[in-house]
Amino acid sequence: MSATEARGGAGLAAAPAGDGRSATVREMTYLEAISDALRTEMRRDEAVFCLGEDIGAFGGAFKVTDGFVEEFGADRCLDAPLAENAIIGAAVGAAVEGLRPVCEMQFADFISCGFDQLVNVAAKLHYRQGIAVPIVVRLPSGGGFSGGPFHSQNPEAWFLQTPGLKVVAPATAADAKGLLVSAIRDPNPVCYLEHKALYRHVRDEVPEGEHAIPLGEARIARSGDEMTVIAYGSSVHLALQAANELDEDIEILDLRTLCPLDRDAILASVRKTGKALVAHEATRSCGVGAEVAALITEEAFEDLDAPVRRLTAADVPIPFSPPLEQAVLPQLDDMKEACRELLAY
Amino acid sequence: METTDASVVARERVREVAEQPLTREDRANLFRYMVMMRASEERALTLYKQGKVPGSFYDGCGQEAISVGAAFVLGPMDRMCILHRDLGAHLIRGVTPDRYLANFMGRADGVTGGKEGNMHFGDRKLGCVGMVSMLPDMALVAMGMALAFKTRRERRVAMTFFGEGSTANGQWHEAMNFAGIHRLPIVFVLENNRFAYSTPNELEFAVDPVERAHTYGFAGVNVDGNDVEAVFEAARAAADLARAGGGPTLIECQTMRMHGHGAHDDMRYVPTEMHAEWARRDPIERYAERLVADHGFAPDEVEGIRSEVRSYVEDCAGKAVASPMPDPEAAATGVFADAFEPLGDGHAPWSLWSQGQSGNGNAPMERRPA
Repeated sequence: MSATEARGGAGLAAAPAGDGRSATVREMTYLEAISDALRTEMRRDEAVFCLGEDIGAFGGAFKVTDGFVEEFGADRCLDAPLAENAIIGAAVGAAVEGLRPVCEMQFADFISCGFDQLVNVAAKLHYRQGIAVPIVVRLPSGGGFSGGPFHSQNPEAWFLQTPGLKVVAPATAADAKGLLVSAIRDPNPVCYLEHKALYRHVRDEVPEGEHAIPLGEARIARSGDEMTVIAYGSSVHLALQAANELDEDIEILDLRTLCPLDRDAILASVRKTGKALVAHEATRSCGVGAEVAALITEEAFEDLDAPVRRLTAADVPIPFSPPLEQAVLPQLDDMKEACRELLAY
Repeated sequence: METTDASVVARERVREVAEQPLTREDRANLFRYMVMMRASEERALTLYKQGKVPGSFYDGCGQEAISVGAAFVLGPMDRMCILHRDLGAHLIRGVTPDRYLANFMGRADGVTGGKEGNMHFGDRKLGCVGMVSMLPDMALVAMGMALAFKTRRERRVAMTFFGEGSTANGQWHEAMNFAGIHRLPIVFVLENNRFAYSTPNELEFAVDPVERAHTYGFAGVNVDGNDVEAVFEAARAAADLARAGGGPTLIECQTMRMHGHGAHDDMRYVPTEMHAEWARRDPIERYAERLVADHGFAPDEVEGIRSEVRSYVEDCAGKAVASPMPDPEAAATGVFADAFEPLGDGHAPWSLWSQGQSGNGNAPMERRPA
């Protein structure tokens, strides 16, 4: 696996179709790209269906499935009762019988109520019994809008501790589509983290029709030689903004997939720059940053010119009040400061 | 999701099934599978005592009529999630005792190749998704299979088992509620074996679970779980109803777990007289008597089935003991799937499934029209 270079340089411009063919692109938001991926796959394959709370006539809490009932019928955009274990469990059963369920957790936080089915049933069925479980669990995640402790979490580390789950966290609209398409086609359970702050604020060019990005391939979001920021989801945008404002020669590696992790891309970038900052909005201890830092020190210690640094949320629940929340979640100034410090080391 | 045509066809089918009595061979098979379950479990217990079974040992002694009677109604394309007291259902679907015994011993030829222990297995090639220890998680998975059948307008049924203990868990409510809302083609078989490990019924619930079924919008049926034909009849009616679009049924089977929760459990919490009372209702001995008294079997014939099964299980045990331990390298394999493979179909020994059917199994009844 290798990192694919984004065309059109730095910033939010999306890579066109990965195979180099020129695809018709349309500018859309991150949220529209998620809807587009679902629509494309549901049109392509009648086994694909959506299952979740308030996703039918209401179109979902964030309107990802707006208009789906009209196009696909209520059976394929199924309103579930408020029962997350039932949503995941029903998806597992339907999947082993040949359907391709895409579950929506109304907020990523509520996966805790379906956790048993996800980590004990879905994640382990193939290892235990050779039964593939092709389900996608969409997880609107992340904070920054006073959602409080139960509507703001970034739970990816929970899943990364569970062998058998793939974990995806797109940063751009093009990736939101391409990775969701691949997640739906993957024969394994995939946790798809969609950061709520990106829904309507990130907009880039997305290939129309067929567009799949392989799971497990990171992307160089910005090329540079002096240091690498390894990020995913919303932190990619924070890093891009910081790098542009600092006007420094910073490389930004967008992981895109957290499991499987693109170890080669991480090591290649760090070997080039000699300095690494791992940035994420999730809490600090035993998070992705810890894993990536361990990987770098184990495999590329000789190439380092500085200690590996982390920029993460503090190890506290996400508080409600704006000044408290901002104190916990990494802000632009924190990112700039972390980059400055590492560049100066 | 229901179509008129399908309902008409299904009603015809219900009538046809209702007129279909158990044949003599069916009754012999019901007896045979119950005896095979007990003989296999007794053999496994011996292997455990010989130190050949890592971990503990769990069986369904006294509950044979439930898994055998219920599973016997299913067609090849129906699907099951089977629990740890339900070996009879695995045997009916086609898992042979050697693979069961090898699984208990952690051998390479066990159903899971050593990845999983004891009864935590399900042969996907025989249409079964094996259990997890969290109960009643599989009720939700079976419900999902039923959702797929209904969505695709297939005349198929999902069946799952759970004990009365797991009706205290929230996931039981989630399964009942969801299945009721969508009138899913599923048969819930509840085995009330009097104890959740050591906890008696009176500390498990204030209202018997079967009483709760109607609050979810479907019927609850109470049957003698030690009467294999009673269980069969209840399961048959429930499966027919499900195929006809009538939704789920909860069948509560009254029984008694005659052994401890596991072989390590001395059952000190079970009153002696209670155990003795249930021993008099042993499902295998009762059915042996009934075969002779009501169905024209000669005593020799019944004994013949017993000895034939014992000898078969002994051969299976030899095969299982000869199976190698798994290669340690296998431990790191199979975390992720490379491709999706559908479940296979199970065996369906009820004579109905081999009589007057075009093609094999549930076809063409259970497939949607092309």
